[in-house]
Amino acid sequence: MTQDLSKQSNRLQEGGRIDRAKPLTFTYNGKQYKGFEGDTLASALLANGVDIVGRSFKYSRPRGIVAAGAEEPNAIMQIGSTEATQIPNVRATQQSLYAGLVASSTNGWPNVDMDLMGLVGKVGGKMMPPGFYYKTFMYPKSMWETYESYIRKAAGLGRAPKENDPDIYDKMNQHCDLLIVGAGPAGLAAALSAARAGARVIIADEQSEFGGSLLSSKETLNGKPAAEWVAEVVQELSGCADVLMLPNSQVNGYHDHNFLTIQQHCTDQFADRAPNGQIAQRLHRVRAKWVILATGAHERPLVYGNNDIPGCMVANAVSTYINRYGVVPGKDLVLMTSNDNAYRAALDWHDAGRRVVAIVDSRKNPKGTFVEAARERGISILVGSGVIEAHGNKRVTGVSIAPLNEAGDAVVGPIVKMAADTVATSGGWSPVIHLSCHTGARPVWNDDILGFTPGKTYQKQLTAGAINGAFSTAAALSEGFSAASDALSHLGLAKPERVLPEAEQIQESKAMALFHLPHTKPTSKAPKQFVDYQNDVTAAGIELACREGFESIEHVKRYTAMGFGTDQGKLGNINGMAIAAKILKQTIPQTGTTIFRPNYTPVTFGAIAGRDCGELFDPKRYTAMHAWHVERGAKFEDVGQWKRAWYYPKGNETMQEALNRECLATRESVGILDASTLGKIDIQGKDAREFLGRVYTNAWAKLPVGKCRYGLMCGEDGMVFDDGVTSCLAENHFLMTTTTGGAARVLSWLEIYHQTEWPELEVYFTSVTDHWSTMTISGPNSRKLLEKLTDYDVSKDNMAFMDWKSMTVAGVPARVFRISFTGELSFEINVQANYGMHVWKALFEQGEEFNLTPYGTETMHILRAEKGFIIAGQDTDGSVHPFDLGMSWAVSMQKPFSFIGKRGMQREDCVRENRKQLVGLKTIDPNVVLPEGAQGVFDPKAPIPMPMVGHVTSSYWSANLNRSVAMGFVKGGLDKMGQKVFYPLADGRVIEAEICSPVFLDPKGERQHV
Amino acid sequence: MFHIYCPHCCEYREEEEFHVAGQAHIARPLDPDACTDKEWGEFMYFRANPRGIHHELWVHGAGCRKYFNVTRDTQTYEIKEVYKVGEKPSVVADDVK
Amino acid sequence: MQHYSGFGLLKHSFSHHENWQRVWRNPTPKKKYDVIIVGGGGHGLATAYYLAKEFGITNVAVIEKGFLGGGNTARNTTIVRSNYLWDEAAHLYEHAMKLWEGLSQDLNYNVMFSQRGCLNLGHTLQDMRDIQRRVNANRLNGIDGEVLDTQQVKEIVPVLDCSDRARYPVLGASWQPRAGVARHDAVAWGFARGADAHGVDLIQQTEVEDLIIEDGTVVGVRTARYGEIRADRVGCVVAGNSSVLAKMAGFELPLESHPLQALVSEPIKPILDTVVMSNQVHGYASQSDKGDLVIGAGIDSYNGYGQRGSYSTIEHTIQAIVEMFPVFSRVRMNRQWGGIVDTCPDACPIISETPVKNLFFNCGWGTGGFKATPGSGHVFAASLAKGEMHPLAKPFSMFRFHNGALVDEHGAAGVAH
Repeated sequence: MTQDLSKQSNRLQEGGRIDRAKPLTFTYNGKQYKGFEGDTLASALLANGVDIVGRSFKYSRPRGIVAAGAEEPNAIMQIGSTEATQIPNVRATQQSLYAGLVASSTNGWPNVDMDLMGLVGKVGGKMMPPGFYYKTFMYPKSMWETYESYIRKAAGLGRAPKENDPDIYDKMNQHCDLLIVGAGPAGLAAALSAARAGARVIIADEQSEFGGSLLSSKETLNGKPAAEWVAEVVQELSGCADVLMLPNSQVNGYHDHNFLTIQQHCTDQFADRAPNGQIAQRLHRVRAKWVILATGAHERPLVYGNNDIPGCMVANAVSTYINRYGVVPGKDLVLMTSNDNAYRAALDWHDAGRRVVAIVDSRKNPKGTFVEAARERGISILVGSGVIEAHGNKRVTGVSIAPLNEAGDAVVGPIVKMAADTVATSGGWSPVIHLSCHTGARPVWNDDILGFTPGKTYQKQLTAGAINGAFSTAAALSEGFSAASDALSHLGLAKPERVLPEAEQIQESKAMALFHLPHTKPTSKAPKQFVDYQNDVTAAGIELACREGFESIEHVKRYTAMGFGTDQGKLGNINGMAIAAKILKQTIPQTGTTIFRPNYTPVTFGAIAGRDCGELFDPKRYTAMHAWHVERGAKFEDVGQWKRAWYYPKGNETMQEALNRECLATRESVGILDASTLGKIDIQGKDAREFLGRVYTNAWAKLPVGKCRYGLMCGEDGMVFDDGVTSCLAENHFLMTTTTGGAARVLSWLEIYHQTEWPELEVYFTSVTDHWSTMTISGPNSRKLLEKLTDYDVSKDNMAFMDWKSMTVAGVPARVFRISFTGELSFEINVQANYGMHVWKALFEQGEEFNLTPYGTETMHILRAEKGFIIAGQDTDGSVHPFDLGMSWAVSMQKPFSFIGKRGMQREDCVRENRKQLVGLKTIDPNVVLPEGAQGVFDPKAPIPMPMVGHVTSSYWSANLNRSVAMGFVKGGLDKMGQKVFYPLADGRVIEAEICSPVFLDPKGERQHV
Repeated sequence: MFHIYCPHCCEYREEEEFHVAGQAHIARPLDPDACTDKEWGEFMYFRANPRGIHHELWVHGAGCRKYFNVTRDTQTYEIKEVYKVGEKPSVVADDVK
Repeated sequence: MQHYSGFGLLKHSFSHHENWQRVWRNPTPKKKYDVIIVGGGGHGLATAYYLAKEFGITNVAVIEKGFLGGGNTARNTTIVRSNYLWDEAAHLYEHAMKLWEGLSQDLNYNVMFSQRGCLNLGHTLQDMRDIQRRVNANRLNGIDGEVLDTQQVKEIVPVLDCSDRARYPVLGASWQPRAGVARHDAVAWGFARGADAHGVDLIQQTEVEDLIIEDGTVVGVRTARYGEIRADRVGCVVAGNSSVLAKMAGFELPLESHPLQALVSEPIKPILDTVVMSNQVHGYASQSDKGDLVIGAGIDSYNGYGQRGSYSTIEHTIQAIVEMFPVFSRVRMNRQWGGIVDTCPDACPIISETPVKNLFFNCGWGTGGFKATPGSGHVFAASLAKGEMHPLAKPFSMFRFHNGALVDEHGAAGVAH
């Protein structure tokens, strides 16, 4: 199909802030259109006479563009020219037009113009009052899932892409004296004043250009078009080194202590994919000393019958499209208003050369500058009247107008029908108080302006302009200056001279409180009067909710879903509250306030995540020998942040084959483990020894220099939370080791006790984990291997079990600890981390004759399990004390100081009978390996729920013993040696095991003492 | 997002540099072995948890690693004061004055 | 009580829905009740409902300082599951699960309980050991559960990144098919409507300013709006405000009230059919029937009654979600909010007698109370009715923090849920 690309039937020949010399082609619902640089997607669609931009959620009614900014509820688009660059739910009024933009509407089947679901909406809509789903789909019970699958199909607006996001998002931490939110007249006046005073200023505005309302009005400042003043201010600000100007930037959240987030659109305003090397969006995390909210106001539409037919708009949006974009969104306008301000839409329409059918004013006797201007133009003004209903289907074709009573809540005369294709309405302005609510301040209703203004705050926040109800340009400018002056004096900066442009003097008569137009029929029977377009919330729905007893405004919102759309009720909430208040016979403030929460407008997940995903999600910690492990083909496991070698398969070995080989080689000759990840804390000070005695369960008073000791660490509740070996390096100097995952926690634990409980102890803690590389050689040939690398005498006589010695290994100074986690003769060689690889390689060079075999964490687990050694975190879970673990040998109840955990492990529940205790488990069939996590029972025939007696914590195939070995908890297990436990598995098998000592190999511990 | 003055570093720093460590001024009983189960349980677990003025222990984990006390309003999140371990707060709740 | 059904909707559509009855009355309180429930959230309303329906005690008032269901009931991520580790907790949550399964019919109110299943992902070998342990315990306790491998997880959630690209690759998951989500507001409203129909007085916008205690026995409450209201027994079900009420009664609880945040995306077309949770990566998500991705953040570590937390918590959560679901990067976050969760040292609730006679507390549900709503209400109602704790409630006495009989569910409770 060929299109006349130049056809922009609603585009004016001149005017607006678009560049007619720069036409842009874009695609909407598969058809090509043209717009100009400076357009938004919405203004370009309107220029091309596109009426329907979506279908409503519940009733599938056709919907058109209503507003021109962040408050737009209907024009929600899917954007993106490729699969990976799809963006769901973009508001067309906030999307700058760019060449090649591809957009489509998000609802409607087969398409928005001819939507078959609309029929369903018409027929079924009557059965869908608010909360209808709570009242049905219950019977028969089994059908709910079927019903729900249909409900779900109707869900959602746009769709997520199927491919990963190619864009990059940045973050920036900002600090400033003053953050100004909004660059309309108030914000610009504030920024200018603050900048001249030398303050560090950030000024952000959601629109592509600074100027706010001044960009879309015909007002003058200093007798010149207001936009000229804007340009002057922008130029001056851009010359200030300490002013950061952020257009296309939404301030979306106001958090405690003046922390605000700004989402800056860097390239995604102009392309669906950032050009190479550029970022799509930047999230500014701002800590501001003071904040000025100059966020303006959103105009409220009036609520009347069929007010959702395309062509029904907010009055100010009409002016914006005409003045800013050179687009008149229709031919024949009816304007309905309760205030003077909205007359500007009719004046602009008229001045654009199109017909104003009538201005319908709910007030009896409007007068004022704009009213007179309309009269001068000969525009028909119907006073004391309202549009009670729009007519049409896919576009407004006419309206019904009726005289209203004084209060505006009853029709008091005959209806007049008029033909028109556009209905613009205004019920006044709602201050944009969203950010002011984010830290918990409750907004306050102001009867003078018929709107909520910001409530008392604990933040260093000032407000200026329309947010306070100062709607005129002159007042906004003045408030902007005053707010800046206040901020500057708080900041201790000199106030600048008051230099403000001269605004036009405009007389306005009092606005009338009108929200919801009456109809000749009661609301329940009248044509639908929409309050919240996106969620299809009607006046009748709100009335029904109130009648049913949902009287709190929060109940009304939740029951009807009012305000839960992507526009968060920016247009509808106040109208909805007013309707609820009316039926509940209350005032609006009695009915309640709305509390807005972040975000002001939706924020891309990617922008919030920034670069902290994938590679940068969480740091990876590698040991100094990591590259060697990789080269050797190791498989790795994540332990805390560490990447630890798990096992080293050779050739086509299975995991079990590799483990068997590693285990056998270690016990038969010598194996080597990279143990660098173990936490290491250097402890010094004259009270170090005393301190150790308090935090470990066993005695430390007599540990001589040169000796090592294993210790258990418990919480005040007596439950084990970490363990490790601590060595006495010198009289006042110890080295503590911790589990790999527990290192940070243990250091904090030591610090908090030292700093808050026992500051009188002279002791210092330093984390030295990364300073050392640790390689453990283990096995009968480990001494021979070590001897090849050191001149030091490492014989049994000179270096006994649990000794440590300082020596040179492979030419490098080393601390060697003769401790063992395998039960074999073992040496733990510690060298400065940068020598780690050198020593490791040297060990392999010398170890070849002993078949030195690298083993990973899995083999380490097997070897220690053969010996019944626990791993804190695997064999403990925070609910077991040392006695439960059968480790009473590691507890010294006689120590003079009541060590941490001592009192806790003596509480009533901790000393009762039948606690779960850690024991060895020998499967009756030696070839069967119990699955870790299997739950034991004494009676496998007991009905469900079966009484469980404890779970398997560690279980492996032991190549050395040629059978399985396991440890686990069993109720009263230490007294049940030789008894049977059964493990019923998910696959139906029941594995039988015998309770035994957890020490399966070398119970006398002879191998490690050689 | 709190902005916290570290009394050891003498600077305002971002909340992300700190960790909270619970209610302040809970001293470990000097003679644990003399405590009843109830007394020991209350030391370990039972807390004032007030709505309003709260004294709490924070640590400048990504800074000086020192612990210090903060008096904070748990409703408004205002920080009223910071003070070192061993010092007494100057701002206290009305009902404990 | 007006019966709800599809037929009723049709019938009322002819009268333009003008004749629906009120869902509950708006009564003035009596001078005295058999039982006063302080707190009109889901748990309090469920307690009142079961007291009246199951235990015949209808002279009951629920006193709520704001609006019904306005606290954590209105602020959670609506996940329902019962795959807890320890017997005591598993039995309690499974009791709730069984009530959930017939709740819409029992209440004649569709709470939209949707059993779309819940995955708890494992990313480390220890995660997988813990998952095995928990699923085995669940199975022997009569709770459905399976251990899935990476491929099986991928089949259930195709948009989850199960590749090795991830910082913490998915090694598997536990899978509870009967778990799911429910429409949180409807739960409060359904219980409220049912309680009201049985004669319970629901007193909204009425703050309890003090508990009236005579000789160590509670005899009623004092409210700003209605003065004294007396009762034989008082049950406090006020979640984050429990410590404040306990202080009125002169004792402390082993609780801390923390902000817990949650957020939703804009509504998008269905893409995530189950609940996915990860403790290691610290995020969880589901998709509502409206299309919003409902995402829970971690708990903020400081005490807070402000119903808001720190932005960094939101950032970490979104990072986790984008890490797990890279295709969500271009989806946008619509709204965030916070609740006040009362956390216990062992991540299990307190359903308990107190040092004050006839005063009972049901609190400490921390991040996981919503899923327990019917079960919590039922066992608390039974306890209030008899003046003696229900067997399922007994392990959750506040005095376990004296004798040490804690039920540590930190593993199963996870980040938040």
